[in-house]
Amino acid sequence: MTPGIGMFGLFVIATLIITAWASARNTTSKGFFTAHREISGVQNGWAIAGDYMSAASFLGITGLIAFYGFDGFMYSVGWLVAYLTVLFLVAEPLRNVGKYTMADLISFRLRGHPVRAMAAISTLVVALIYMIAQMVGAGSVINLLVPQLGYSTTIVAVGTIMLIYVIFGGMLATTWVQIVKAGLLLTAALIMSFLVMLHFGFSLPAFFHAAANINAAGSTGAVRNLLQPGLLYQGSLGKLDLISLGLALVLGTAGLPHILMRFYTVPTAKAARTSVAWAMSLIGVFYLSTTFMGLGAATILGQENIGIRLSNGDAIRYIAVHYDQSKALTAEYKRNGDQYLVVQPNDNLAAPLLAAKLGGEYFMAFVAAVAFATILAVVAGLTISASSAIAHDIWWNIVRKGRGDEREQMIVARTTAIVVGGLAIFLSIGLRTLNIAFLVGLAFAVAASANVPSILLSLSWRRFNHIGALSGMIAGLASSLFFIAISPAVMGIDLPGAATHHIIQANPLFPLQNPGLVSIPIGLIAAILGTLFSKDEQAETDFNQLVVRANTGMGAEV
Amino acid sequence: MEHHHLTPRDWDVVADDPTFRDLLSKRRRFVIPATIFFAAYYFSLPILVGAAPALMRAPVWGDLTFGYIFAFSQFAMAWILLALYVRRAKTFDELEAKVVARVREELEAL
Repeated sequence: MTPGIGMFGLFVIATLIITAWASARNTTSKGFFTAHREISGVQNGWAIAGDYMSAASFLGITGLIAFYGFDGFMYSVGWLVAYLTVLFLVAEPLRNVGKYTMADLISFRLRGHPVRAMAAISTLVVALIYMIAQMVGAGSVINLLVPQLGYSTTIVAVGTIMLIYVIFGGMLATTWVQIVKAGLLLTAALIMSFLVMLHFGFSLPAFFHAAANINAAGSTGAVRNLLQPGLLYQGSLGKLDLISLGLALVLGTAGLPHILMRFYTVPTAKAARTSVAWAMSLIGVFYLSTTFMGLGAATILGQENIGIRLSNGDAIRYIAVHYDQSKALTAEYKRNGDQYLVVQPNDNLAAPLLAAKLGGEYFMAFVAAVAFATILAVVAGLTISASSAIAHDIWWNIVRKGRGDEREQMIVARTTAIVVGGLAIFLSIGLRTLNIAFLVGLAFAVAASANVPSILLSLSWRRFNHIGALSGMIAGLASSLFFIAISPAVMGIDLPGAATHHIIQANPLFPLQNPGLVSIPIGLIAAILGTLFSKDEQAETDFNQLVVRANTGMGAEV
Repeated sequence: MEHHHLTPRDWDVVADDPTFRDLLSKRRRFVIPATIFFAAYYFSLPILVGAAPALMRAPVWGDLTFGYIFAFSQFAMAWILLALYVRRAKTFDELEAKVVARVREELEAL
């Protein structure tokens, strides 16, 4: 047994004990979805951090910074600043007005079931996209770190353990898994940042000097400055892409169902505010450390060593495929007699490889175990939010019209968790070879385009009505999916031998990687136009009730 | 605190209550400028990357570029606005308590 599996085993045993403890309290839908609203603000802050700092942040951002420096760090900045939107505009009103889901807030004063159904569908789409991104990432990375576990085995294991947390322990177990994981992830990130600075004798000038003078992977003698913009987002389209991404990140967080749902686990709106304050502090420290981990990997490991060391046979095939495309490759491999040494670049491995270099085998095992734990905790949170959209919004409110019994709602909640989890496992195994890097960006874009306009307009515009909400959500969802489908993230012509594949083998029709710059305005304008072309007196009358409740907590769910 | 028995008319009365109006306007006076400020500050980062690449690439402190320092400053900006909001929110909480207490009194008087 490798130390990585051992440490991960410890995490699983500890979290299963938490689940066993939580299961006794997980008997009602209120317990299942909100942990009885008895989580404290501080605890919830840690849990939000644990829910939010995903594998994409830890492995993905560290890798992006290691290869592209400044441009990769833009994700870190956007993901922290996004919480100001949550803090100022969403967290407290949501807690005051809703019960379990995002749809509770959107449909509060809007007529009819279609609004709630559409909000539930949008929740499901975002949760499922986000889950697949996490699980495919998990499968690929764990497969590299612990080759004894196959890809499919890893996905099934992640899915099964996560479902045990959710089904038996509900939101209480999920919360504590997220808290424990946030602690582990922050510890790993801080230790790694400390070791990076130790390497540079705690001299920031020396550290930044090294980062400004990187020998670029694959090219001979060229020097890269990772502190300057433009390595990833190049040219005039790159500039637009950076703005589009920024827009999706900053608005999208306020529409992520698994984050919004966390605000229902605290007793009051004031505690919801405390949770954002703690979450922003923890998340900020973590994202600051991505600079030290990422630039540390580039300077200490060298970009040419971040990747998978190929066996001799694979190395020869790799060279054969890639040699003609770029003379630059000559710097990427060394020949020793008949033995070729080739490192196939893989930016997801920057963090674990840096851990191995700085702290040895056991520290790398710890970091790999933390990455695995991260994926588990995030996927569990997503599953609960998807389950709440089906059980609470569609089944309880629409099918049963609020008149089912408690036992039935629990059965529906658990069944939908299994179905959603199973679907995510199935899709993740099928999508193994797809280039999934765009999925997290897409989840943010869908959330920002479909959900956020309706959340904000419902809270702030008396005139806003169900036609506006429906047209906004449908246009936002459809346009973000459409533009991503014709973007370079989905369309492209793969070179032979590429490890991942584009879904459509043709030149992209839409130039930007992230659709936010176009789809967010479309969602917003559709919501406004839909409202202006219709009228609902009742929704306008009920606006007073919404505003009073949102701002005073009168009538809030307890 | 159960207020489900409030009628639509009661919600309108609270909505017109001077203390509640005060709460709303105090909240808006913080939240709207703060949101505009953070959006402007945040988006000036990617916009400057496109509009003033030479400035963003310029080394300012040793090798550290203006762009990277500006990116770091976004963290400070977010934390400062967070601290200001948390402090200001104490005023909101006091006003909120007043409104809730008054509504409760009026309901008991009925």
